[in-house]
Amino acid sequence: MQHVPDITVPAIDVEKIRKDFPLLQEKVYGLPLVYLDNAATTQKPQIVLDTLMHYYIHLNSNVHRGVHHLSQEATAAYEDSRKTVASFLNARKSEEIIFTKGTTDSINLVAYSFGRGEIKPGDVVLVSAMEHHSNIVPWQMMCEDRGAELKVIPMDENGELIMSAFTELLTDKVKIIALTYVSNSLGTVNPVRDIIAQAHARNIPVLLDAAQAVQHMPVDVQELDVDFLVFSGHKIYGPTGTGVLYGKEEWLDRLPPYQGGGDMIKTVTFAKTIYNVLPYKFEAGTPDISGAIALAAAIKYVQQIGVENIQAWEEQLVEYAAQQLQQIEGLRFIGNAKHRSGAISFLVDDIHPYDLGELLDKQGIAIRTGHHCAEPVMGFFCIPGTVRASFAMYTTFEDIDRLVAGIKKAAAMLR
Amino acid sequence: MTIKEKQDELISDFSFLENWMDKYEHIIQLGKELPLIDEKYKTPDHLIKGCQSQVWLHTDMQDGKLIFTADSDAVITKGLVSLMITVFSGHTPKEIAESEIYFIDAIGLSSHLSPTRSNGLLSMLKQVKLYAIAYEAKSQSQKNGKEL
Ligand SMILES: Cc1ncc(COP(=O)(O)O)c(C=O)c1O
Repeated sequence: MQHVPDITVPAIDVEKIRKDFPLLQEKVYGLPLVYLDNAATTQKPQIVLDTLMHYYIHLNSNVHRGVHHLSQEATAAYEDSRKTVASFLNARKSEEIIFTKGTTDSINLVAYSFGRGEIKPGDVVLVSAMEHHSNIVPWQMMCEDRGAELKVIPMDENGELIMSAFTELLTDKVKIIALTYVSNSLGTVNPVRDIIAQAHARNIPVLLDAAQAVQHMPVDVQELDVDFLVFSGHKIYGPTGTGVLYGKEEWLDRLPPYQGGGDMIKTVTFAKTIYNVLPYKFEAGTPDISGAIALAAAIKYVQQIGVENIQAWEEQLVEYAAQQLQQIEGLRFIGNAKHRSGAISFLVDDIHPYDLGELLDKQGIAIRTGHHCAEPVMGFFCIPGTVRASFAMYTTFEDIDRLVAGIKKAAAMLR
Repeated sequence: MTIKEKQDELISDFSFLENWMDKYEHIIQLGKELPLIDEKYKTPDHLIKGCQSQVWLHTDMQDGKLIFTADSDAVITKGLVSLMITVFSGHTPKEIAESEIYFIDAIGLSSHLSPTRSNGLLSMLKQVKLYAIAYEAKSQSQKNGKEL
């Protein structure tokens, strides 16, 4: 085992945390699991699993509809979860929190409603060169529909946005900017405050894809002054199928609804429907009640440990991983931003990422290979994909040592 | 050797390798030894669909027998292609079309490889059989004096 560098902040008790995650106790191929695919999805602490079970055993009932006891309990738990999310993001009001199926669903909602409400032919939507497909395709579809144009903020070889190019792209034709806070394929943390300030100087709203941010760093929507912010529950230790859209009240009030159905209406006649108020206007149909409640449990778990503490711990992990990986012969980083978080992408010589990933898997090490749903990023670097290691609060220095040893072994076989 | 004998030999080779790292080592070695395809055949119409890594496969007919050459950008994939070529190269289209392929399951490749990889292997198998059936149909129709 490698020598562990000076740990400046004993930020969290990682051994204690690991005991809260049943799946981390599992073995694969008879080996203790090294789980370094947290950017794809995180494991779930026991409290999240217990909350799901508790809901179905003690609370299960539909929300916002029943006069009976259970329905009121379920509604209260569901709406409490909204308050938990609102306070986690420091939203002004819990009505600014919409529950969705995930990041993808949240972005589709905004793209659709913003497109219908605000976009005219000739308008421009700005995204960045390092977006996940889910922050490209919904905008592309909307632009096609509305006769608008999608433009791209370029990046450089380090995987950092070229800010001078961004400033040049900012014309009065731009109606919205949709940008990732942290890149899932490169780990780059984007200068979102600067971007939001420049955009607001021209009255352009900004949507932040915070799918790779909220689990790694404190996010305060008022301090950011961001107009829309989205994330997925399953990447912040919550259940799959849950997600959040934060939107400033004035924007959410102004936009037309996304899907139609129950819950999102005030009155319905065949002649005309009056839509419900926020947040229900954007939550058509029976929501994922148990999921939202369990997501709140995950967020409380994160808050209990402290996002700042998680951030301090993970910064050391990323730094240590970068240091150790750098010493592997022939290894090169894909994305080398000064400010990064959560994930490190790399290649070794001309070894195909699938080959490396498969041999790591056989050593009990779960990483991700491929294009990470960001094909334009791979196109930019002219590579078929990368190997990506991504971290969570329960990642240890030993995990990284096993990764490094695993890569060395695999590379020796593949060279 | 018949296609069946070749498969039995591969199965026996692999049975001597104790764990999966050793089996991979062997597959990688076969990949490195795979005779390279002529660069001119590395074109989109020689690409096999369904492979996450890229595989190019080319067929030639020599003395009534099919000769396969191939390449891939991933070494493990190349090793798997090499297994396939070992089994099929040098047989008549009829033999290939009618062959029963069991070595993939018997070696345990279908259960141990990542799903994308084993799907790739299956589409490779399908492609080889398609080539064989096409050649077989062509030679049948020539025998019958008909144009294709
Ligand atoms: C930056 C980013 N945006 C969007 C998504 C899509 O998230 P989901 O599939 O949970 O909707 C991901 C997930 O990989 C991501 O990392």
